[in-house]
Amino acid sequence: MSDIALPFRPRGATQEHPVARVALVGAAAVFVVLFLLLPLITVFAEALKDGISAAIAAITEPDALSAIKLTLIAAGIAVPLNVTFGLSASWAISKFDFRGKSFLVTLVDLPFSVSPVVSGLVYVLIFGMQGWLGPYLRDNDIKIIFALPGIVLATTFVTFPFVARELIPLMQAQGTEEEQAALTLGAGGIATFWYVTMPNIRWGLLYGVLLCNARAMGEFGAVSVVSGHIRGLTNTMPLQVETLYNAPGEYSAAFAVSSLLALLGFVTLMLKNFLEWRHGDELAALRGK
Amino acid sequence: MSFAGALPSTYWRTRSALPGFGLSLGLTVFYLSTIVLIPLAALIIRPWELGWSGFVAEVTAPRVFAALKLSFGAAAIAAVLNTFFGLIVAWALVRYRFPLKRLVDALVDLPFALPTAVAGIALSSLYAPNGWLGAPLMSLGIKAAYTPLGIVIALTFIGLPFVVRTLQPVLSDLSRDHEEAAATLGASRFQTFRRVVFPALLPALITGAALAFARAVGEYGSVIFIAGNLPMRSEIAPLLIIIKLEEFDYAGAASIGVVMLGVSFLMLFALNGVQSYTAARR
Repeated sequence: MSDIALPFRPRGATQEHPVARVALVGAAAVFVVLFLLLPLITVFAEALKDGISAAIAAITEPDALSAIKLTLIAAGIAVPLNVTFGLSASWAISKFDFRGKSFLVTLVDLPFSVSPVVSGLVYVLIFGMQGWLGPYLRDNDIKIIFALPGIVLATTFVTFPFVARELIPLMQAQGTEEEQAALTLGAGGIATFWYVTMPNIRWGLLYGVLLCNARAMGEFGAVSVVSGHIRGLTNTMPLQVETLYNAPGEYSAAFAVSSLLALLGFVTLMLKNFLEWRHGDELAALRGK
Repeated sequence: MSFAGALPSTYWRTRSALPGFGLSLGLTVFYLSTIVLIPLAALIIRPWELGWSGFVAEVTAPRVFAALKLSFGAAAIAAVLNTFFGLIVAWALVRYRFPLKRLVDALVDLPFALPTAVAGIALSSLYAPNGWLGAPLMSLGIKAAYTPLGIVIALTFIGLPFVVRTLQPVLSDLSRDHEEAAATLGASRFQTFRRVVFPALLPALITGAALAFARAVGEYGSVIFIAGNLPMRSEIAPLLIIIKLEEFDYAGAASIGVVMLGVSFLMLFALNGVQSYTAARR
């Protein structure tokens, strides 16, 4: 607008003083680095303190391998269960109008406001030795607590809302017109869902699965209550980290197993950001929630 | 819904041409009941075998009361810290451009993505007396790890994303018009922030703080390694639940669980109140 060279750039009325601006950005950066980045770096630094071969040895040791296997099995059951539930709940909630819908949505979110330890506790109260079904299970030699079924149940509980809560706002924003058109043109219910609904929600679904899986593999509190901490048998990876950390002389091994979990978290973050960047428009309904 | 008029509606739902309502709702309710509702009912019923007075005696026993006080107190302090720092981080991310901004933005989600046990041992190694941050703090005479301060640090770590992610969309939707008007009328930048921007952000700040608080109260994995776990001093409520379970004191464990669950629900209701109040004012 003006060609007069000013000795300084005039500050807009709704901008902070440059010093304040630098101070705010600095404070934010220092806080994020100290509080968030440093713990992540610590994990890898401690894992590699005794050299990379020691770290690899700690990860490929039999108990660690069995922990990795158990984690994969538990997540491999819990995630598909919650995907099935998430699809079904979001179909019912977003495509139909019925009484008590908002109450149902509240119930779907419920596990998020329950402490992880309480999430494990509830199953012990039912299936534990002195739980409701305890004597029956003991007489019939069925093991749920301190065994795989308990671990799967606890994992399913804490990851319960992830897929549904990503899909519900997304499918609500999309409405039902496209499905109605498909039905009018003679498509069946399953064909409509598969060819019309699914392509619209695939990135949101992937987003939900990503977060669900990260939590399922990393869950500690809930699984800790129901697992029994038997090394090589009922220890998932996070529990193996605890066992190693508390065992004398296995400090670095604890961080080596941790580094695998940290890597999972890191990859999840990168994929999540990539999805938000690449498919941000389709996920727009998710923002601002 | 365009088909609604053509189809009769029952008293509890609007008819729709789409298939699968019965199947999907039935599956949802069945699965929800099996995994969540029946187990939670078991939790709520269990303490009553002690009777009301037994329940009260259980949760006011000195060790239990100290643990509950610590969990709620540390979570409250962490929520306040997170509100303050979360506002600064969200403000910097929305209003300014600076190098590596995308990375900082992505890092905010780290506490969601990093398994809590991993965060726990990392924080406790960082703040241990010989750790990278623990050693400098120690020379200032501050002992962080294995004290209640360590608990606050871990809970601050775990709660930050709730505040930042709640504030960010509100802050970026905030129209600059009001700020410009305030500046035109002679307000200083700080006055504008205090009287114009801050009131608009307040509901989001309260929501974020409440979410961070609710998460922190029940947090176990990231706290347990840094806490020290001394009864009466640095023992959090979730740990006491596990200790009671190991002693086969199911009713005692369930009593603590019910108190924690009750407070979470109260927070949830209060939050819904705040949200519908602000929605009504818009």
